[in-house]
Amino acid sequence: MTLADSTKSQKSSLKQLLSDQMRNIAPIFTLIILVLFFAVQSPVFFSVANLLNILSNASITGIIAVGLTFVILTGEIDLSVAALANAIGITMAFFTIQPDYVNIATIPLPGLICIVLTLASALALGAVTAFGVTKIGIPSFIMTLAMMQIANGVSALLVRGQIAYTFPDLITLLGAGKIFGLRWSIIVCSLLLLFAHLVLTYTRFGRYVFMVGGNREAAEYSGVNVKMIIGAVMIISAMCSGLAGMLGVAYFGSAQQNGFDDFLLTAISAVVVGGTSLFGGRGGIGNTIIGLLVLGVLNNGLDLIQIDSFLKILIRGLILLAALVINVYAQKLKEGGAEG
Amino acid sequence: MSASSSTLTGGAKAPSVSGPHAEPILEMRHVSKSFGGVKALRDVDFSILQGEIHGLVGENGAGKSTMMKIIAGVHAGFEGEMLVSGQPVHFRSARDALAAGIGMVHQELSVIPDLSVAENVFLGHQPVMAGGVIDWRRMNDTARQQIASLGLDIDPTTRMGSLPVGLQQLVELSRVLFSGAKLIILDEPTSALSPPEIERLFTVLRRLRDDGRSIVFISHFLDDVLAIADRVTVFRNGEKVITEQASALTKDSVIAHMIGRGSANMHMGESATLAADDSKPVILTVEQASDGRMLHDVSLTLRKGEISGVYGFMGCGLIELARTLFGKNALKTGTLVIDGKPIRFASTSAAREAGIAYVPENRRMMLFRTEPVYKNISIAILDRIHSIFLKTGREREISETHIKDLQIRPPRTDIALGNLSGGNQQKVALAKWLTHLPHVLILSEPTRGMDVGAKEDVIRIVKALRDRGVAILVLSTEPETILTLADRVTVMKKGMVVKEFSHGHIDKSDLLAAA
Repeated sequence: MTLADSTKSQKSSLKQLLSDQMRNIAPIFTLIILVLFFAVQSPVFFSVANLLNILSNASITGIIAVGLTFVILTGEIDLSVAALANAIGITMAFFTIQPDYVNIATIPLPGLICIVLTLASALALGAVTAFGVTKIGIPSFIMTLAMMQIANGVSALLVRGQIAYTFPDLITLLGAGKIFGLRWSIIVCSLLLLFAHLVLTYTRFGRYVFMVGGNREAAEYSGVNVKMIIGAVMIISAMCSGLAGMLGVAYFGSAQQNGFDDFLLTAISAVVVGGTSLFGGRGGIGNTIIGLLVLGVLNNGLDLIQIDSFLKILIRGLILLAALVINVYAQKLKEGGAEG
Repeated sequence: MSASSSTLTGGAKAPSVSGPHAEPILEMRHVSKSFGGVKALRDVDFSILQGEIHGLVGENGAGKSTMMKIIAGVHAGFEGEMLVSGQPVHFRSARDALAAGIGMVHQELSVIPDLSVAENVFLGHQPVMAGGVIDWRRMNDTARQQIASLGLDIDPTTRMGSLPVGLQQLVELSRVLFSGAKLIILDEPTSALSPPEIERLFTVLRRLRDDGRSIVFISHFLDDVLAIADRVTVFRNGEKVITEQASALTKDSVIAHMIGRGSANMHMGESATLAADDSKPVILTVEQASDGRMLHDVSLTLRKGEISGVYGFMGCGLIELARTLFGKNALKTGTLVIDGKPIRFASTSAAREAGIAYVPENRRMMLFRTEPVYKNISIAILDRIHSIFLKTGREREISETHIKDLQIRPPRTDIALGNLSGGNQQKVALAKWLTHLPHVLILSEPTRGMDVGAKEDVIRIVKALRDRGVAILVLSTEPETILTLADRVTVMKKGMVVKEFSHGHIDKSDLLAAA
């Protein structure tokens, strides 16, 4: 190989590396810009208390985003995550004895049994979604839309416009409690992110998730049980949403209709802004973490610099749009790079 | 032949200007192109004259597709110069190329079967009346004239999908032609055609040439190339080996140029002597299988250490048979018996677990283009080499073994699969199933679109697998493939088994006659 050849191939491999890594580089770059911007704009931003505040605000979304990352990696979508989280939070309240002034019909159970039953409910709802998507063949977009409405219905029926305040002690601790000044919810979310990362990177199941997302037909013709993988990610997503719902109501201190309304958009944004491909097969938990931080910093920072709260909504929309553009563009670069 | 004379009208004109004294309509100078560090073309000079049919041959990965995609505007970036009618040009898209009079008909037809012939001809630029309403009468009349000018008699209101593939291809050709193309690139135009359809295509091509158009004819079918081309260019390893008058070439000399070594026993697959051994144990039996659409009462027996070939024309049910055996399509009636036990697959994974492996006709269907080679190879055996956690070191080791055994180039486990040439991708597709030998290996068109060298490699690999006891089912529309590989041959026609050969001498004509 001549010198000219090798420089050329180095140049093209650098170009390919950049196009491969664009979905990872762009979100990190965005995060750094945002952090620098808010640090300059607000003296409070870089305080420990504020940074912890950002993390704890992102923690419940983070738990939902873990499940959603699995789903989006397979090229599917789950629109029921927020509604499901709320329904499961309310279900937990339903199994917990409430104070006299709360006018909600309940079936009080001992704390641990309540937790197990609530998790089982999340599993059951996830299984329904999985069944609809894999066995019946309903596109996940529509199936989870239906599940969103069903979960909203469950929430409405159980609380009937009331608000529940009491939850099992363990959940209250994990959702609202602190250890050494650190919220337990941050710890739970971090552990879950770590666990999910390990699963996606180092297990056979994780590889299947990526390969199914990368080329579903090829996975099927390689004898991979594609339906099983998709069913599994739908159930994982429901379980994560359920856990987020349980810790979330404790975090808010109340369970009520519409308690998680913002979370669907935020969770999907976090995954997509982080750079996980909407077409599946590319991205991962690392991307989701960056996405969560970008959104967390953005929300927090916009509050700190006292921007018009209506403008804030628009800005979030624009950031999401920019992320979508990069997401699709990165996919095209990647596919173009491997052409031949 | 009466069938073709009904669609062919008008006589052949006297041959007009063509040959060495004609002007080049297209010149490529010092063209180079690489993909992700892999050189696809190296400093190639290439030209097409006005009014010639130019045959283009070479092994897969030799660079002919890349060159044609540059010419047709599909690949925008390349090094070197491109001149159309003496003027330098730079195309950014296929649209630019077409505007400059260069059109391409790809191997996979891009017609819409549910639209009429006329709608397909005018796809995207239908004639409209005031108010944007489609002028159906004008569209049908113009389409009829255009098709007739090719010497064909097709009703433009016919549904495209109801025409035979050969005619669909000619309709697509006319679409490219009447959008003003002076230079038409045909990629493997004869691969899906029957002999009379090929003759009809050739008549049309000669007529176009005599009208002064230029045609590039890319094909692996050297007989076809030599029969139709005025000049032939041979590519090898991204370089142009030779451009020569077709009359000065023979099949053997072309092959010698293609592979760069002397051509011994290149006439494989013209005939075979079968000696099926009925004493070999039966592995899989298909009894009266129907899928409710394409397959009707198909029965087959696969034996240990035997290659069973199924031959038929395109659309005779070969693909459906393979998909059904691999659990992709459901069996409606009939039974599948493996090792004496009746079985019904709910999914491809169930088929795989039962020891059935499948390599589909289109390698893209089972490969992950953006993933590295080793992940492509290991995907079908992940559950055999890993329990829960991945051992990527082991995966790479296995991949390296296969890369070495199958001579996959470039010999790298980490390169994205999309950077490999077609033949090497096919080898990767095969390598997927070789770590833990399946009981039954189903191969759809195992050598289609492959160059001579890669073909030989695949044939060697398949025969080695047979000798190791795998029951192999080869389904192909190419008689050569079947005759080269099979110990036993079944011929299918319109979803039914029409003929079986197990002993004695057979040749191509036996298969063609049966199908």
